[in-house]
Amino acid sequence: MSVGLGHYLVVAAVLFTLGVVGIIVNRKNIIVILMSVELILLSVNINLVAFSAYLGDLTGQVFALFILTVAAAEAAIGLAILVTYFRNRGTIAVEDVNMMKG
Amino acid sequence: MTAAALFFYLFSAVMIASAFLVVTARNPVHSVLFLILAFVNAAGLFILLGAEFLAMILVVVYVGAVAVLFLFVVMMLDVDFAELKQGFMQYLPIGATIGGIVLLELAFVLGSWSIGPVTTMHVPTPTPQGLSNTAALGSVLYTQYFYLFEASGLVLLTAMIGAIVLTLHHKVGVKRQSIEEQNARTAKEAVELKKVPSRAGI
Repeated sequence: MSVGLGHYLVVAAVLFTLGVVGIIVNRKNIIVILMSVELILLSVNINLVAFSAYLGDLTGQVFALFILTVAAAEAAIGLAILVTYFRNRGTIAVEDVNMMKG
Repeated sequence: MTAAALFFYLFSAVMIASAFLVVTARNPVHSVLFLILAFVNAAGLFILLGAEFLAMILVVVYVGAVAVLFLFVVMMLDVDFAELKQGFMQYLPIGATIGGIVLLELAFVLGSWSIGPVTTMHVPTPTPQGLSNTAALGSVLYTQYFYLFEASGLVLLTAMIGAIVLTLHHKVGVKRQSIEEQNARTAKEAVELKKVPSRAGI
């Protein structure tokens, strides 16, 4: 049984679902939420690279590269906001993030 | 079963298991380490697909930079993680429900969608003229997608400046080196000659 495009798509779908579940289940822990977002972006990357390999078109890999860039920037900014928030409030609980509430 | 298929199942099984453990681990440090494992296995999948450059980038950028950044933040922040884990069981039913729905939807999409005969054959490296994957990727990236490449550089620059602006804070009362002041100092103002009277001191 050879590995086809569908196998990669199934793996990426399972990974995406795990990321979504991780966001919902770990609602208080923003670090794990950020990690779940990384998992979701990784599953999208797997989809893009699988399509690129099976359709013989390099564009998918180029876009996977751009997604990697955006994911790295997002992680850096998210963690910087987290550090600033922790410095101001002494906690990282997501429920307390209502300082800008009118 | 060929070796490629064997490695596909190995990599994907380990990746999904470690992704599950990222979500459910009690200790966030363990979560970060499982995230690293998931990324390494994804790099293995990329190599199986013939995308060697992206696999190496995944290892370098994610395992080398992003995961270490996560690890650094988890260890730097003194957070009571047991307290943060409180709502886990409370949110588990709704999380499992939504996850099941999403998975079902994706299964419907995949099931109703038939893969054409052309796409079932694996093109190991979609690279023209016998170039290596890296060279082919570069020739596409620096010609067709040059403006997007520049824009991604700008995204990274913005992220870097933003992270520095967010986290930098000047402490008052810290003595810093001031090179202009040091260079502007002359012997006239730095050295003072005093006439000390004998047996009196200053």
